[in-house]
Amino acid sequence: MHYLLKNCRLVDPLTRRDEETDIHIADGKIARIGRGLTVSEAQVIELRGKVAAPGFIDMHVHLREPGFEYKETILTGCTAAAAGGFTAVCCMPNTNPPIDDESVVRLIKERARAALDGLVDVYPVAAVTKERKGEHLAPLAELATAGAVAFSDDGDPVYDAEIMRRAMEYAAMYDRPVIQHAQDMPMTKGGAMNEGVVATRLGIPGMPPAAEDIVVARDIHIARYTGSRYHLAHMSTAGAAAMVRAAKAEGLHVTCEVTPHHFTLTDEAVMGFDTNTKMNPPLRSKSDVEAIRKALRDGTIDAIATDHAPHSYDEKQVEYQTAPFGIVGLETALGLAMTELVLTGVLSLSSLVEKMSTNPRRILNLPEIRIAEGQPANLTIFDPAAEWIVDVQAFKSKSKNSPFGGRRLTGKPVGVINNGAAYWV
Amino acid sequence: MPLHSRHMLGLDGMSREDIQLILDTAVSFREVLDRPIKKVPPLQGKTIANMFFENSTRTRLSFELAERRLSADVLGFQATGSSVSKGETLKDTARNIEAMKVDMVVMRHSAAGAPHYLSRVIEANVINAGDGGHEHPTQALLDMYTIRERLGRIEGLHVCIVGDISHSRVARSNIYGLITMGARVSVCGPATMIPREAAELGVEVYHHIDDVLPTVDALNVLRIQLERDAGRLFPTLREYHNYYGITRQRLEKAGRAITILHPGPINRDVEISAEVADSEHSVILQQVLNGVAVRMAVLYLLSARN
Repeated sequence: MHYLLKNCRLVDPLTRRDEETDIHIADGKIARIGRGLTVSEAQVIELRGKVAAPGFIDMHVHLREPGFEYKETILTGCTAAAAGGFTAVCCMPNTNPPIDDESVVRLIKERARAALDGLVDVYPVAAVTKERKGEHLAPLAELATAGAVAFSDDGDPVYDAEIMRRAMEYAAMYDRPVIQHAQDMPMTKGGAMNEGVVATRLGIPGMPPAAEDIVVARDIHIARYTGSRYHLAHMSTAGAAAMVRAAKAEGLHVTCEVTPHHFTLTDEAVMGFDTNTKMNPPLRSKSDVEAIRKALRDGTIDAIATDHAPHSYDEKQVEYQTAPFGIVGLETALGLAMTELVLTGVLSLSSLVEKMSTNPRRILNLPEIRIAEGQPANLTIFDPAAEWIVDVQAFKSKSKNSPFGGRRLTGKPVGVINNGAAYWV
Repeated sequence: MPLHSRHMLGLDGMSREDIQLILDTAVSFREVLDRPIKKVPPLQGKTIANMFFENSTRTRLSFELAERRLSADVLGFQATGSSVSKGETLKDTARNIEAMKVDMVVMRHSAAGAPHYLSRVIEANVINAGDGGHEHPTQALLDMYTIRERLGRIEGLHVCIVGDISHSRVARSNIYGLITMGARVSVCGPATMIPREAAELGVEVYHHIDDVLPTVDALNVLRIQLERDAGRLFPTLREYHNYYGITRQRLEKAGRAITILHPGPINRDVEISAEVADSEHSVILQQVLNGVAVRMAVLYLLSARN
């Protein structure tokens, strides 16, 4: 691999750099950075103002392997990640078997290294509890040693406050956050969408925003009491955003992420019963979306993560209440973030890069990506002005369950470089 | 003048003209039901499948009778004992039935939106006979027909729906239809049974039945789901009856003649006293008869659109 990236706009929040330059990459490392570089043997890629940024990470992905390979595999998931502009993903533990044993962590890491020449770093998030049942702690130390970067029972909450407290205390010894899927279970039993005027209109059982807030409130109390690190997954409510903001002001180790669908769509999208609008947490009201955007702007929200949740065509071709929760997100994340946040002035380009690269890496204690001569090249390259229309059939993901098909977006990945490999879209 | 849609999925968004057309058409079919020979030929040669994925006796019989009175061929389908219990999806079941060249499908299903989904995957006209807690449009149409028959109009009347509004498809369809037809609509029940956002549907919300009765023209009393709700949505049946049950004393206290509707089947002396159910103000049995006429009108108008 030998590339000369000509005239790219280098956006690097770590060094506060935002300038047009050339980058010469040789043998997976950054050989030189500077204007007007000429290298005889390199493949020249003329970028004309397209952005080069530290490689993006999606800290919330369901790769489905092992166990649900008909929805997604590590290979198809990594390919979708690369096509979406990501050089790293965290994969969630609701596989079969679940990631509650070090052997599963090792298996996933091994298969990820074999996929696309190891282009996409796969960081497993291991289960908090054995079989994700919420009853007994999983072997957290063994899992951390094998390479788990965080713990979560995602898909389900860690519902028992005592288990949550002990998990956070134990994970803190290894400086790993516990990632919570915040949902009060009795309050959401049978629920299939946000409780609100749309659910009332459609007669679909609702999941009230309070059901998310209750668990977040409890967890923040535990984070305060234990001093441990807490990361709230896919935050979707105004109430949770306010609590995370206050927790941060207080100096607690509390962080959170938001999905592109939660800052883009409201529960109005459910009118028409499209099962690709069904996810958990559900699409919320307009006032929640506004609060989420405010929390993105003021820095309450640390990271943008997709909750990429592939499901087969047939699984979603059923009645709304029967359909599984979740949508794919890897290949629309950048376009939605650019269109909905950067072009609307909610985020600067640099703060977008922070939320898709720098911040999530910090939350997970991953090494910083340094864009400097002699450093490994880990870059996401994208065109911030390219307009395109989402075609779900063109997704590299094995599953096409997205509500964004046909949507016009601005901002498109161009390619990624990592671990001595590259992928050009 | 044809209907605007080739399916009957719900009254949410249906125009006043369409509702008016159905009610007016039902008048002539209602007249057919009084003849010695109660059969007319308009759906001769048409095949209608009644797909009931949820238990129902009266709605299914009412549709079946309406179909036979219109001379259609009728195909019955019960979810229990069919391939659904063997794990077949709704889509496959519907496509199989359609492959038998069915012209119309009448569907009852426990999931909101199931008939809407069906209408996207099959060619036949789809009629919603109740989808989860969403809509039951023909029930609301027959309720409106009965109110109009009894009181001469719908516009300007105050209709109150009493009971579990949150989980009721009958309530939703009535709310959408009655508001479109210009009625004043209120709902009454314990706070646990009224959606938080009910007012945003355009209805007035009451929690005490005696507050609303003095201005009501027609009362639509919903059935209480005895097994499901006691202890969860309200404490006991006795308490519900004491605070929301429609009794003669209550109606007398209100001091006006209030027309009583009930979608059935009734729980005597729970949501309604036996005395009121059998009183001269009750139109419960007229609803049953009118239901056949209204369903004939819906089937006829949808068929005429093809």
